[in-house]
Amino acid sequence: MKSRRDFIKISALGLGATAVAAGSAQALFGSPLFGNKNGNTESGTPLRRTPTYCEICFWQCAGWVYKDGDGNIKKITGNDDDQHCNGRFCPRGTGGIGQYMDEDRIKTPLIRTKVNGKDTFKEASWDEALDFIANKMQQIKRDHGPECVALFTHGSGGAHMGHMLKAYGSGTIAAPSFAQCRGPREVGFLTTFGDIIYSPERIDIRDTRCMVLIGSHLGENMHNGQVQEMSDAIDKGATIITVDPRFSTAASKSKFWLPIKPATDLALLLSWINVLIENGWYDKEYVEKYTVGFDALKEHVKTFTPEWAYGITTIDPNIIRETAREMFNASPSVIINPGRHVTWYGDDTQRMRAVAILTALLGSWGRRGGYYKPEKLHLPNFPVPPFPEPQRKPTDAYKGIYPLANEVVANGLCDATIPSVDRECNLRAWIVNGTNLLAAFPNQKNTLAAIDALELLVVIDTMPIELTGYADVVLPECTYLERYDMIRNSGHRQPNIALRMPAAEPKYNTKPASWIAKELAGKLGLAAYFPWKDMEELLDWQFKELGTSLEEMKRIGVKNYPREVDDLYFTPGEDVVFNTTSGKIELYSSDMESEGFDPMPVYTPHEEPPEGFYRLNYGRAPMHTFSRTANNPNLTALMNENVLWVNPKVAKLWNLTAGQRVKLKNQDNVISTFSIKVRVTERIRWDSVYMVHGFGHNNTKLTRAHGRGINDTELITRVKVDPVMGGTGMRGNFVTFITEFNEDGKEAEA
Amino acid sequence: MRYAMAVDTKKCVGCSDCVVACQTENDVPVGFCRDWVVEVTDGTYPQLETEIRSERCNHCDNSPCVRCCPTGASHYAEGGVVLVTHDECIGCGACIASCPYDARYPHPDGYVDKCTFCLHNRVEQGLDPACVSVCPTKCMYFGDLDDPNSPVSKVLKTRKFKTLIPEAGTKPQLYFLI
Repeated sequence: MKSRRDFIKISALGLGATAVAAGSAQALFGSPLFGNKNGNTESGTPLRRTPTYCEICFWQCAGWVYKDGDGNIKKITGNDDDQHCNGRFCPRGTGGIGQYMDEDRIKTPLIRTKVNGKDTFKEASWDEALDFIANKMQQIKRDHGPECVALFTHGSGGAHMGHMLKAYGSGTIAAPSFAQCRGPREVGFLTTFGDIIYSPERIDIRDTRCMVLIGSHLGENMHNGQVQEMSDAIDKGATIITVDPRFSTAASKSKFWLPIKPATDLALLLSWINVLIENGWYDKEYVEKYTVGFDALKEHVKTFTPEWAYGITTIDPNIIRETAREMFNASPSVIINPGRHVTWYGDDTQRMRAVAILTALLGSWGRRGGYYKPEKLHLPNFPVPPFPEPQRKPTDAYKGIYPLANEVVANGLCDATIPSVDRECNLRAWIVNGTNLLAAFPNQKNTLAAIDALELLVVIDTMPIELTGYADVVLPECTYLERYDMIRNSGHRQPNIALRMPAAEPKYNTKPASWIAKELAGKLGLAAYFPWKDMEELLDWQFKELGTSLEEMKRIGVKNYPREVDDLYFTPGEDVVFNTTSGKIELYSSDMESEGFDPMPVYTPHEEPPEGFYRLNYGRAPMHTFSRTANNPNLTALMNENVLWVNPKVAKLWNLTAGQRVKLKNQDNVISTFSIKVRVTERIRWDSVYMVHGFGHNNTKLTRAHGRGINDTELITRVKVDPVMGGTGMRGNFVTFITEFNEDGKEAEA
Repeated sequence: MRYAMAVDTKKCVGCSDCVVACQTENDVPVGFCRDWVVEVTDGTYPQLETEIRSERCNHCDNSPCVRCCPTGASHYAEGGVVLVTHDECIGCGACIASCPYDARYPHPDGYVDKCTFCLHNRVEQGLDPACVSVCPTKCMYFGDLDDPNSPVSKVLKTRKFKTLIPEAGTKPQLYFLI
């Protein structure tokens, strides 16, 4: 069936593009710095620098952008005062320059139109594009209410577009970083400790004596501060215990590697809890003083012995005991790392509850080397009129389900876009900024069905990501190196702020999201909500409220503030009230119970791969962020496609050789669009295969990314939704190999 | 003075930040590199060991590349650092063939290029080479072996280490902590 919304390849329309250079004449950005020792090129030219914080991932490290005398950006380095990076950027941040240089960027606004009955994009001026959007938005407001316009965002532009949307009357705003990523962990800890983990995570790796990684592949997952602190901890002799079916980089640095059978982590966690309790290897004073439900827990885990877990996880019972002992010996300076992307099997909140319970038994929450309490500044808002009160809350879109979600469930909004008679409010328009929803949401068919039902899809991005092909309007955002954004106000060991300012003029006819939001608001008659002249005025006002100024921040980039109270850790014997129903750490969760969920985690077996199929596991590479860096020239020079990790036993069975290209077919007969190179390696279990997420792009305009490797998302068609908070479990998909196929795309299985 | 570098394989995660930082610091054209990452895995699942190494020119004491260079472009500079004078290089490639570490590449501008330990643009100003200063795991140590208090001297005193292809007799000055 032909869809109303045919995919348009931007490449077909780039002809005759008139890249309008940004008009205003601007003086040199930045100023030469005295006493700056980091300031020469190899040829000896002095460099100037301006502050930024990175946008390549969400760690948002603060750093410096260096330019030569002609204003060419030469390099980006970390800011020594920044707690996120301690002066050291990761490869993506260092290679962030590639996002600015990428010649495949979207260069001018585009509007969907029909020529000879065929969908195509026409190039448009900013005025035309924003008028088009404003008219549609006004119409939707009249016909359906403003709440039917949703914003999906994953990046700094979200703050600006969100402000515009709230002024318009909609609070329907979501990020895939909750229900596609860290949501279960936040809810698991919230129901246990009454508080969440935050980002950057409040884990005290620097001073830990033992860290347990469960499917978390730090080092490949390049969350800068965490990787740095893990290295420091290794230097200081900390024990690393890694639980992973794959011999990850972290596993190769670990004292213990537990090569667990995939999808059985909860059984291991429960048996660890059993061992700690049965042997008295827990912090009795802490448990007595701060927790409720210990007796019930003790009874609950009685049968979850290491021998029981062995049959499920394939982990030697002696190793389960030995690692539990290791954790106890290190306690309270022990971290059961809650990880980040934890939407795996649909019972993820329960698994994270088990992590939280272990944390409580070991007494590491609120303790040095365990979990600290981050502190964040209160950032005053520039005065604007009060926002109109939306008639419908975003959660109305999925009323009655996901009761414990503490953030908006993005896939819930996606589902609520597909027309249904049961639903009172179907979403009508999406504004999408900085997230490739087709790669972020599993089950692409569902996402495409939602998109097909939209009256308006606006995609604001720097790159012609696949989603742009389905848009009604594409708005080219400039990169983070070409714009101001809101103040980075992050919670950390010390409260701190960071400035992002433009290091260069926006290339092509691109604009910052701050400008786009303000202009669009103007066209919607909402200018009163954007009373500042420009970002400089807004930022300077906010900085002055914080006792600094834009001028000072341009010089220092980052400012750390003293903590208001010295409460990084609990003091001995301190009375602590937790933000839970009981005011205590809830080993037995009353919130879970009252919503009809197991008050203590229960192991349920998950499906296993059928004969000839292998579990599809996916992860990260240190030089890439999701699918957003897949075309970055500096980073693709390091890695320009993903490869398929296959155990040698499996390779032998299928007669696969290293470097051979295969396609994959999943349990629902979905075949990958592109092929992938086989990497035969002992580092992967025989019951699963592994690839790095974010490759296999299908837009030819991404010249370095198109057709490179496989997009794991298209093979993730079976989604195990977590009933507690709506998380989309993505690791219950199984694939088999197709060794004979036509390279041009279509299957042709032999 | 004898500049040297040590790389801790127990900490290196192979993120390749050293590669990107070198490229942007030294204007290495995209697609080429002066340093790179090697991963070696031994054993059978689940008895495995993986070593990850950030590699570059070994700045050998007995460098075949310097010996074989017909124009003298390849030479020993201050602290034993092996450098190529671009203007004197005719791009014949003899050094590339002679290097047991495959540390050199032909620059598109017609000369042979390689790691300089960032001698002129950073080390002479008291900075560490770009790769060392960017590394998120702080797995690299640089300094003067003749100075017992330099980071590299100190770490080589306390840790077990190896060099690569010692049998080639080049006396490499890039050490790997194991």
